[in-house]
Amino acid sequence: MYIIGERINGMFADVKQAIVDKDPAVIKELARKQLAAGADALDVNVGPASADAEGSLMWLVETIRQVTAAPLAIDTAKWSVMSKVVPQVPGEVIINSSKADADTLQKYLGLAMEKSAGLVALTIDRQGVPSDVDKRVELGAGILAAAAEAGLPMNRLFIDAIILPVNVAPAQPRAVLEAMRQLQAFSDPAPHFVLGLSNVSQNCKQRPLINRTYLAMAIAYGLDSAILDPMDSDLVDMGITAELLIGKTIYCDSFLTAERQRKQVAIN
Amino acid sequence: MAIPETKEAWAAAINRLTIGATTAQGGTRKSTVTVGGAKCVPGLAFDGDLGEPPAVAVEVWDVPADDWPEELAGQYGAALNKPGDWAKKAVEFGADMICLRLMGVHPDGGDRSAEQAAATVKEVLAAVGVPLIVWGCGVAEKDNKVLPSCTSAARGENCLFGTITEKNYRTLVAACLADGHKLIGESPLDINMAKQVNILAQDAGYPLSDLVLYPNSAALGYGYEYVISILERGHLAALNGDQLLRQPVLCNVGAEAWRTKEARAADEEVPGLGTAARRGPLWEALTATGLMPAGADILVMRHPGAIALVKQGIKTFMRAG
Repeated sequence: MYIIGERINGMFADVKQAIVDKDPAVIKELARKQLAAGADALDVNVGPASADAEGSLMWLVETIRQVTAAPLAIDTAKWSVMSKVVPQVPGEVIINSSKADADTLQKYLGLAMEKSAGLVALTIDRQGVPSDVDKRVELGAGILAAAAEAGLPMNRLFIDAIILPVNVAPAQPRAVLEAMRQLQAFSDPAPHFVLGLSNVSQNCKQRPLINRTYLAMAIAYGLDSAILDPMDSDLVDMGITAELLIGKTIYCDSFLTAERQRKQVAIN
Repeated sequence: MAIPETKEAWAAAINRLTIGATTAQGGTRKSTVTVGGAKCVPGLAFDGDLGEPPAVAVEVWDVPADDWPEELAGQYGAALNKPGDWAKKAVEFGADMICLRLMGVHPDGGDRSAEQAAATVKEVLAAVGVPLIVWGCGVAEKDNKVLPSCTSAARGENCLFGTITEKNYRTLVAACLADGHKLIGESPLDINMAKQVNILAQDAGYPLSDLVLYPNSAALGYGYEYVISILERGHLAALNGDQLLRQPVLCNVGAEAWRTKEARAADEEVPGLGTAARRGPLWEALTATGLMPAGADILVMRHPGAIALVKQGIKTFMRAG
């Protein structure tokens, strides 16, 4: 599973404060810990309240780059910020994220091609998050077609079928699974399927349990990447085990260690 | 209608690994052997780099091979009494490497000492210029006594030592780390255990890139398809990025083929199967040949006739695609 560590996000109080104080220690530590715990890439999001989104994002990026060359998922909903920041990021980048409307997607795909970046594309358009499977599949198919036309290799495309909290949208978790299952048939090789996993349990009780259970279910339906907290080691273990049980990896007694060691990256 | 593109793009390659060290590299070998490096399924050159051709290692024992049938033993004659002479014969027969099997250190097979084993290693190293595989007797306690003397006797030669298993790996890992040798990880036709041995070696500080997989072998007709399926499964997992299966694979061809009735039997015992002189080497050569498309990188062999056929087969195979 390709893990994008979610912790460097201004929604978290420690990160928000670190951005205000320009305190690199907190950010570096979060980068190190997430990578050591099995993150393949790190999400970077200044959070909703930031006054200078571009400046703060670049400060986060530069701070993290002192620790690692791992891919950074630049996470902002604003094109004005994304289009300025992405070209300046040293090393590997994942653009997080584009919506599925044709014109929006075109811009983001252009940026991804220019920067040789990965791209997270959401099955969401101007009407918002689809309420059913069919609309998700329709938008996903549109993303696949546009990416193929732009020449983006499938291993750099991450389709996010948008998970909503189970307490407010009880039918959604199942719809997301079914959409991923159907979308896999549209492309060979298939793109990555990613979810912002913790969203499924927003404002719920037993959040870790819901996250873990849904991760295992989603992996069975084709999820091969997730934006999650890799420091929740039970969650990562669940993902590793689910991939074992669908035959994606081959068992050995030390399968948890084996998968974690596979991921060891250079951390300064 | 256009023919659709069917090229497979694999995520990873088989590790490339070199055995032997020349004078310039701190050893005394005249040649070295590099195996592995494939970036595709064996033979499918249109998908990617086939990597290095399979290498042929020829078996030499530290004691005379008294259970070899006449057809096989006769090829080596009196050389069977002296490992150095035996190794020279093996090189004449086309060996890229010598696989020195310390059968005589087995408690029930002579119980030779660590000093005697080390002296044999030195004798073979002195007799030939090709790289050396050194293989213990399989009894853990005895191998742990003997093999460290051998790794030390061959220090600098970058040999391939075997075997470590899930139950017994620490001593040989430490000895090979100290003396700079490559290692064979053995597993009983069990892909899970093949991975487990590798991860145990890695935990003990041994680099995965210096390991060779020995998943055990079988001769044609004796569980051979199962061996092939294990090799193929491992090779595909490796190409998909499983770093615990990316090691080159060694197959013990001669030992398995020459255990079979078809190879050993006297002509009058198996009427209709042809002469022993043809039957035995063919059985060994075909056993080796079928393992190549399954991903075998090192073929340990015995009979000069089989060796010649297989070396020709390797050339043809590597031109495939």
